[in-house]
Amino acid sequence: MSEKPIKERALSLNRRSFLSKASVGIGTAALAGLLGKRYFRVGANGQMEMATDLRKGMMDATHFAPKAKRVIYLFQSGGPSQLELFDYKPLLNKRRGEDLPESIRQGQRLTGMTSGQDSFPLVGSQFPFKQHGQSGAWVSDLLPYTSKIVDDLCIVKSMYTDAINHDPAITFFQTGSQQPGRPSIGSWLSYGLGSMNDNLPTFSVLLSRGTGRPAGQPLYSRLWGNGFLHSIHQGVQFRSGKDPVLYLNDPDGVNRQSRRQMLDRISKINQQQKETFGDPEIATRIAQYEMAYRMQTSVPDVMDIQDEPEYIYRMYGPDSTQPGTYAANCILARRLLERDVRFVQLYHMGWDQHDGLPGAIAKQAMDVDQASAALVMDLKQRGMLEDTLVVWGGEFGRTNYSQGVLTDDNYGRDHHPRCFTMWMAGGGIKPGVVYGETDDFGYNIAENPVHVHDFQATLLHLLGIDHEKLTFKYQGRRFRLTDVHGHVVKDLLA
Amino acid sequence: MLLNLRSKYFFFGLLLLMIGCNPAEVEEGATAFAVQKMPDKIDFNFHVKPILSDRCFHCHGPDDNSREAGLRLDTKEGAFAALGDAKDHYAIVAGSLEESSLIERMYTDDPEMMMPPPESNLSLSDYDKAILKQWIEEGAEWKEHWSFIPPQKPSVPAVDNKGWASNDIDRFVFNKMDKAGITPSPQADKAHLLRRLCFDLTGLPPTLEQMDAFLEDESPDAVENLIDDLLETDAYAEHMTAKWLDLARYADTHGYQDDLERVMWPWRDWVIHAYKKNMPFDQFVTWQLAGDLLPNPTREQLIATAFNRNHKITQEGGVIPEEYRVEYVADRTQTFGIAFLGLTMECSRCHDHKYDPIYQKDYYSLYSFFNNIPEEGLIPNYGVTPEPFITLTDEEIESTLSFINNIDSVENIELMVMQEMEKPRQAYVLNRGGYDNYGDPVGPSTPAAVLAFEEDLPANRLGLAEWLTDEDNPLMARVTVNRLWQQLFGRGIVATPEDFGNQGSLPTHPDLLDYLAVKFIEDGWDVKKMVKFIAMSSTYQQSSVIPKELLEKDPENLLLARSPRKRLEAEMIRDHALSIGGLLVEQVGGPSVKPYQPEGLWAETTGGGGGSTSRYVRDTGSKLYRRSLYTFWKRTLPPPNMMTFDAASRDFCIVKRQNTSTPMQALILMNDPQIIEAGRALADRAIQAAPANLEDRMTYMFRLSTSRYPTPEETSELKAYFGEELKRFSASEEDAKAFLGIGEYKVEADLEIDEMAAYAILANAIFNLDESITKS
Repeated sequence: MSEKPIKERALSLNRRSFLSKASVGIGTAALAGLLGKRYFRVGANGQMEMATDLRKGMMDATHFAPKAKRVIYLFQSGGPSQLELFDYKPLLNKRRGEDLPESIRQGQRLTGMTSGQDSFPLVGSQFPFKQHGQSGAWVSDLLPYTSKIVDDLCIVKSMYTDAINHDPAITFFQTGSQQPGRPSIGSWLSYGLGSMNDNLPTFSVLLSRGTGRPAGQPLYSRLWGNGFLHSIHQGVQFRSGKDPVLYLNDPDGVNRQSRRQMLDRISKINQQQKETFGDPEIATRIAQYEMAYRMQTSVPDVMDIQDEPEYIYRMYGPDSTQPGTYAANCILARRLLERDVRFVQLYHMGWDQHDGLPGAIAKQAMDVDQASAALVMDLKQRGMLEDTLVVWGGEFGRTNYSQGVLTDDNYGRDHHPRCFTMWMAGGGIKPGVVYGETDDFGYNIAENPVHVHDFQATLLHLLGIDHEKLTFKYQGRRFRLTDVHGHVVKDLLA
Repeated sequence: MLLNLRSKYFFFGLLLLMIGCNPAEVEEGATAFAVQKMPDKIDFNFHVKPILSDRCFHCHGPDDNSREAGLRLDTKEGAFAALGDAKDHYAIVAGSLEESSLIERMYTDDPEMMMPPPESNLSLSDYDKAILKQWIEEGAEWKEHWSFIPPQKPSVPAVDNKGWASNDIDRFVFNKMDKAGITPSPQADKAHLLRRLCFDLTGLPPTLEQMDAFLEDESPDAVENLIDDLLETDAYAEHMTAKWLDLARYADTHGYQDDLERVMWPWRDWVIHAYKKNMPFDQFVTWQLAGDLLPNPTREQLIATAFNRNHKITQEGGVIPEEYRVEYVADRTQTFGIAFLGLTMECSRCHDHKYDPIYQKDYYSLYSFFNNIPEEGLIPNYGVTPEPFITLTDEEIESTLSFINNIDSVENIELMVMQEMEKPRQAYVLNRGGYDNYGDPVGPSTPAAVLAFEEDLPANRLGLAEWLTDEDNPLMARVTVNRLWQQLFGRGIVATPEDFGNQGSLPTHPDLLDYLAVKFIEDGWDVKKMVKFIAMSSTYQQSSVIPKELLEKDPENLLLARSPRKRLEAEMIRDHALSIGGLLVEQVGGPSVKPYQPEGLWAETTGGGGGSTSRYVRDTGSKLYRRSLYTFWKRTLPPPNMMTFDAASRDFCIVKRQNTSTPMQALILMNDPQIIEAGRALADRAIQAAPANLEDRMTYMFRLSTSRYPTPEETSELKAYFGEELKRFSASEEDAKAFLGIGEYKVEADLEIDEMAAYAILANAIFNLDESITKS
C-alpha cells in the first residue's frame, strides 16, 4: 500500500459526520446485537439478559450466498500416494530405478527417513492408469468405482503443504497451524454458522482403521478440538459399538422414563435456584440437559442403520454392513447430513506406506473406493449433492522415488509435501474438472498450485464465509482458520 | 501513582474494545457495559490506546516491516511526527482537528482514504471516532503503557461505607461502586461462604463436620480461623498445584504423534511440597527457572527445573531434530512470557510484535536464555528419557526427598531437568521464525520496554530470574496477584491474565491491582498471606445473589458488587463426587493413575507405536479414587470427562480456562460410571450415618452435595422422585441390580436392593442439580 494523499483534502472534512460531544449512545439492544449471542440477548420483556445460545452461530448472515450448506470431509490419514491413484506419470515407469535428478529435486527438504539414502531411485506406479468420463481424467485401476464418477469430481493434482511429518501436517490441514491449539475446520463452521438442528452435534467425527497399514499413524483428539473457541464447538466423536457418543447411554438399570422424571424434578429445583440467585446461567444449564436428553434419542436413531435398504449396502460395498468400517461410516455420515448436521469429519487411517506400498495401497484403496464413490452417488440421487461439499484427501503426498530398496515387485514411498492430489465434489464445486498439473517426474507442481490455506479459504467460501472475516480474538490477536494466508481458488467454483 | 485514572470512565474503555470489531467476531475475555456516555475527560491509556492498538497498530505499530506510510502510532514520537516526503502534514496535532489527518482519514467516505482501510476488515464505530476526536481536542495527552510502569503503592481511598469494608481491598472496590451508584451485596450466608472458601482454597467441598462446626461457630474469628485451617491442608497445596500444572503444561506423555509416556510426576510432587510449605513465590519461580544454576544446587533445586522440560517433545521418525529443538526453546520462551510477564510473545517469533513493544530481537534475546540446554530435538529411541535428566534413587527419595511419593518403590527414576551447556549455544534472530533461517546473532537479554537487563546480572537463567523478581519489574507481581485474584473471583482484575499488553483487557481496578502487587512484594511474595488477604475481604465474602437491578447495571459484575456464581472446574467436579461419596483417597503425590474412562478410546486412535499409551489399562482399587490432578494425562487424547469441563489440553501454557455449559457436560454428570458409582457410595454413607428415614437420608446427601439444607419444596420434589424410582426398581430387580453394579464400589448398608437402588439414583439426581456443580 502506498502512502495516500492526505493534505489536499485536509480542509474538506465532512463536518456533518462529527458527532455531538454529549452522547453517542448506542442502546442496550444494539449493544446486545453487537455482542451477539455470547453473553447477552434482549429478553422478552425488552431487558437485557445474559444468554448463551451459542448453537446459533456468530454470523447473522453469511458474507456471500452459500453454495454448500453441509460438508463431509473424507480425510485419508497417513498421506495417500498420488502416484498410484490420480497423478499418472509414465516417465517414472520409463526411468524406473534411475536416480532422481538434482535438477528436479532442487535441494528440497526430505524427511529424516530418506535423507540418508545413497540414492533416490525413481519408481512409477505398478498399477495401470486409464482415462475416464467426459473429462478424460486419469485414474488408476485401484479406484474402479471412483473412476466411474470422475465427471462429478473436481480433482486437484496440485495441492501442496508446508509440513513434511504427520503430526504437524494433519494438524495443519485441520486447523491451519502446524502446532496444536487452534480450532479445527468443523469448529470454525460451528462457531460461525451455528447448528442447523437441535438434537445432534454440529460437528461430528467418525474414525476407521485401514487394512493397508493397520499399525500406522495415530490420530489425536485435538484434530477435532475447539481450540480457543467455546467448547460447544468441539467435534463430537461417533463410535461404533455400545456407546456411540461418549457418555451418551443411560446407565444400566435406567430407562428413558426414569431419565425424564429425573430431568423434570431437577429442572424444577434448578428453576427455583434461578429465582433465588437470579443467575441466567441456570437457564442455560437446564437447556443443556434438555439438549442432552434429545441427543440420547436422536443419536441412536442415526446410528441404527438397520432400516437402510439392501441396495444401499450393495452400493457402499460389502464392508458397509460392518460397523466401524470406512464404508459403514460413509453411510452414517450421510445419515448425519440428512439430519442437518453441518460438518461430518471422517478419518481413515493407514495410508502411510513407507514400505511394501504396492500390497498395502491395493488394500487401502479397496477400503475406500467403492464407499467414497457411493457416497457421492447417494447424495446425488437424494438431491443433496448440490448443497453438500464432499472432500477426499490426506495430509500430504508421497515421493516419486522409493524409500528403501526398490525390487521388482516392491517399493515404498516417503512423505512428499510438494505435490499431492485431493478431490472435491458437490456444493458449488465445478464438476468434471482436473485442476493443476505436476511436472513429468511428479515431484514439483507445474501449474496452478493450491496451498492448504487456499483449500481452506475455498471451503469456507463455498459455505458463504469470507475466510478473512471469520475471526476470533484470542490473546490479543485475531485468529482465523487460514492464519494470515489463503486465497479462494476461483477456478474450482461452479 | 502511575495512572491517575479517571476510573469511573473505565467501562467506556472496555466498550471500545468491542465496538467497531467485525460483527462476526467475539472477543475472548471481552467485557462490556451497557452505558453509553462520553467521558468528561479522555484518558489515553483507558480510552484512546485500546482503539489505536486494536484498529491501527497492525499497520502503524511496532513492526517496522509492516508499517504503512511511515506512520507509527505506538510511540509518542511516531504519533506526532511530520509525515510525507515533504514532512508537511501530521497524523495528530494536539488541539487541532483541522491539522490532524487522522481525523480526516477516519471520517472520509472515500475507500482510498479511509482508515482503517476496508480491506483490513476493521472499522471504527461512531463512539471510537468521537473518543479520538475529543482526545485530540483536549490536547492529545500521551502516556506510557500502564503495565510497563512499575507499580507504586497507591493511597487507599477514604470511603464512607458504613462499616462494610474489612480491609483495603474493600475500600478500593467500594470507592468505585459508590461512584457508579451501586451498593455492595450483604455477606453471603455461612453455608454458602463455607462452600465457596472450601472450593476456592482447597478444590474440595466442605465435610458435614466442617459444616456443623462452622455454622455453630458464632465467634467473630470464625471465618478467619476457617481460612487459616484450610490454608494448612494438603488439599490446599494440591489445589494450587492443579492450577500450576496448566501453566506449566504438565503431562504424562510427550505430546506428539505416538505420544509416549514420560515421568514428570516427581516434579509435580515437588510443586505440592512447595505450596504446602508456602515457599516464597519469587523463590518458587527462581528454582523452577534456574535451580540448576544456583550455587551448589540441591537435588530439590534441580527437580524444580523440570518445569521447563514439561513442554512437548517429539519422537516422530523423520523429523528434522533442529526444527523441533527450536520449538522447545520457543515454548519455554512463550511460557515465560505468558506465565510471568503476562505477555504474548508468540507474535514476535516471526516478526516484531504487532501490538506491543516486543521486537523480534527481544524475542530471540529472551529465547537465548533457554537455548543452552544439552538436548536433542528428537527422542532417539522409544522408551528413552530425553537428555538431560537426573536419576533419583529410591534410597535418596526415602532419605532426603520424602516429598516424592515413590509408592511403587521404583529403584531409579529418571527425571528430565534443565542443565546449562558449558559453552552457550549462539542464538540468532530466526527470520520469519524459520528454524534454519538465521538472522543477526543475539545474546541473552530482556525486552527493554519492560525492564532493561542490568549488565551486572549473570547472563543466564539465574540472571533472568533475578531480573524477573526485581521489585522494579513492572509485571511479575501484578501478573501473579492477578492470577490469585482470578482463582478466587473467577476473573482477574485484568480479565486477560495472559496479556497485559496493548491488546489485553484493562484492569477493572488498577489502583487495587497495584496495591496488591506492591503488598505481595513487601510481604515477601507470601502466597498464603495474599490468598488469605483476598479471602478476608468483604468483597470476596459478599452474597452471590444477583439483584435484577444489578444484573442490568453491571451484567458482567465488573464492579464486584456481588460474588460470582461459577460452575466448578473439571477437577473439582470429579473430586467433589468422590469426596462426598467418601471414596476420595487422600494420598498426596505419586505416579499418575488411570481411573474410569470409556473403553477403547486410546486403542482406536493409536498407531500402535505408543507402548504403554497405546491402550488404556484402567487401574483398580484405590487408584480409581485419587484426586483428579493425579489422573494420567495423555496429551493427544486427554481424559474426556476432564476436557468436556474445559480442562486445559496441556499442549502449551494456559493461565485461564473457559467456563462453559454444554450438553456433553450433562451427559457426563448423568452417565459417567465414576459419578454413578460415587452416588451409590454417597447413598450408602447416608443410609449408615443418618436416621433411618427418607427425609433424613435425603437431607444428608443433599447437604453434602450442595453444602446447605434443602428447602421444603426441594425436599418434596426429591422425595417424589425417590418414590417413582423405588416403584420402578421394585418392579424390576434386574434394573436395580444392574444400576447397583456400576463401578467397583460395594455397598455396605443392609437394605433391600430396590430401596438401595432408589437411594443411589436419588444421590445422582441431587448431584445433577445446578447447585451441586456450582459455587455461589
